[in-house]
Amino acid sequence: MNTPPPLLSDAPETDSAADLATPARNRAAARLLPATRFAGPIPWVIAILIALVMIAAAGGLALKNLATSASADLSAAVTVQVIEPNPELRAARGAQAVRVLTAMDGVRAVRLVPEAELVALLEPWLGEGATSGDVPIPALIDVELSRSAAPDDVARITAALEETVPGARVDAQSDWLQPVYRALSALQWLAVGLIALVALATAAAVWLAARNAFAGARDTVEIIHLLGATDRQISAVFLRTVLRESAFGAVVGAGLGVAAVLLLGQQFAALDSGLTSGGGFGLADWLVIAAVPLTGVLIALLTARITIAFALRDML
Amino acid sequence: MNDRHAGHVKFDNVGLRYGTDPEVLSNLSFTLYPGSFYFLTGASGAGKTSLLKLLYLAQRPSRGAIRMFGQDLITMPRERLPDLRRQLGVVFQNFRLVPHLTAFDNVALPLRLAGADENRVMKAVAEMLDWVGLTHRAHAIPATLSGGEQQRVAIARAVIARPRMLIADEPTGNVDPEMALKLLRLFEALNNRVGTTVVVATHDVHLLKKVPDSLIMRLNKGQLSDPTGALRYPPRPAAAGEAGA
Repeated sequence: MNTPPPLLSDAPETDSAADLATPARNRAAARLLPATRFAGPIPWVIAILIALVMIAAAGGLALKNLATSASADLSAAVTVQVIEPNPELRAARGAQAVRVLTAMDGVRAVRLVPEAELVALLEPWLGEGATSGDVPIPALIDVELSRSAAPDDVARITAALEETVPGARVDAQSDWLQPVYRALSALQWLAVGLIALVALATAAAVWLAARNAFAGARDTVEIIHLLGATDRQISAVFLRTVLRESAFGAVVGAGLGVAAVLLLGQQFAALDSGLTSGGGFGLADWLVIAAVPLTGVLIALLTARITIAFALRDML
Repeated sequence: MNDRHAGHVKFDNVGLRYGTDPEVLSNLSFTLYPGSFYFLTGASGAGKTSLLKLLYLAQRPSRGAIRMFGQDLITMPRERLPDLRRQLGVVFQNFRLVPHLTAFDNVALPLRLAGADENRVMKAVAEMLDWVGLTHRAHAIPATLSGGEQQRVAIARAVIARPRMLIADEPTGNVDPEMALKLLRLFEALNNRVGTTVVVATHDVHLLKKVPDSLIMRLNKGQLSDPTGALRYPPRPAAAGEAGA
């Protein structure tokens, strides 16, 4: 009993706890709490949600590229139809229309579509009727303008043809695809909505998991809180867990998502359709898709940080 | 009166209630002076643990004012409380050891939280465990320790960082008389040599006689009485002299 108590015999009197009370930078935080884990399936839930977001993002980007490509191809194109049942007269008026159009300012190219080509296009729908001559087929002229076809351009061409080519009808090709553009735009917004919903679901899953992890460690948190742990030290322990488990989910989800996107890409490429060929990805698109798992981890960390901060505020 | 004479801790008309229940502590006004040794006594339910909770910053009072080490606890933002808590050593009534940490790591907690150098942590904890006779149990987790061993770990954890104020709730309740005396001597040594203010809540009337210069605060139904003049200034000539020295 005569032995001096420890820390009192060899240390200077001024070396007190107050001298040690400088905030620690989470150095020993890893040893403060047991290695917490999210309840079983949460990393897998995050993986599935991230895969879904990647697929939705890829779909949205493909639709955007598709719309952009189709719009670029067709925005400067105008179609002129010469509707005349008499074949000779139709041919003459078609040739006249080509001359008028070629002479106009702002017209880059004019092509009278050969009748054989028109028949070939219509044959799948009309069968032998297309080749028999019983069904009158209008003369068709593709016109390429030097800029996007504005309503004024269509009106100008219509006015020029009205005088010399009776029965001529002028359509901007992009007008035909307006319903398709609207549908593509709606699908893009749907993809954005899906991404937002899935991001919300990810945040909710992490919120629940972080709350449960905190509740499970509450006694320990209270003890180290009363011993002087800062909110930052305590949060760091939980955030490390969130980072580890959401990163695992993100890697698995990214693998699933990329595999699904590549598979779908192959399937659509196999269609060999002019419409779907414009939906391919560039480097920027792949970067956006790659950002999905990273964003998922950031959302998880942010959600967990906010959840833990609110939980700690319940303690004095 | 300068700040040192104003005391480490000053309660002014403090009351505490839980929720809408009646007050468990009422009209507490007292000052704890630096370097003094206080026993807090009272029957079960008198409010000892509630008063200690106010002292170790687990509760804010429902009314009144508390100043600790010159700082107003009522208006202090919670972000600054960890710094204040690191200047306190607490022996909780039910020990409150961290269940997944070994005895060694439990004792090391206050130093590690304060960012102490790990070499110093190792040396100080080893020394402290040796002194409380638990070197051979350094790597045991609390669940495998006896009640007395857990209590000694809790005490070692409370004093390892040489707190400015040591607050102990029934610190000798689970140890044999010899160990109880040894632990009390540790508290006295902290009190005398480091100037730590010590507040020990206890039922054990025999313990009060073991520290001759101690002051007694008695709680009865949430109200304080003052059998040894603990609540007056100066509380006793010796204590006041030491505090001012």
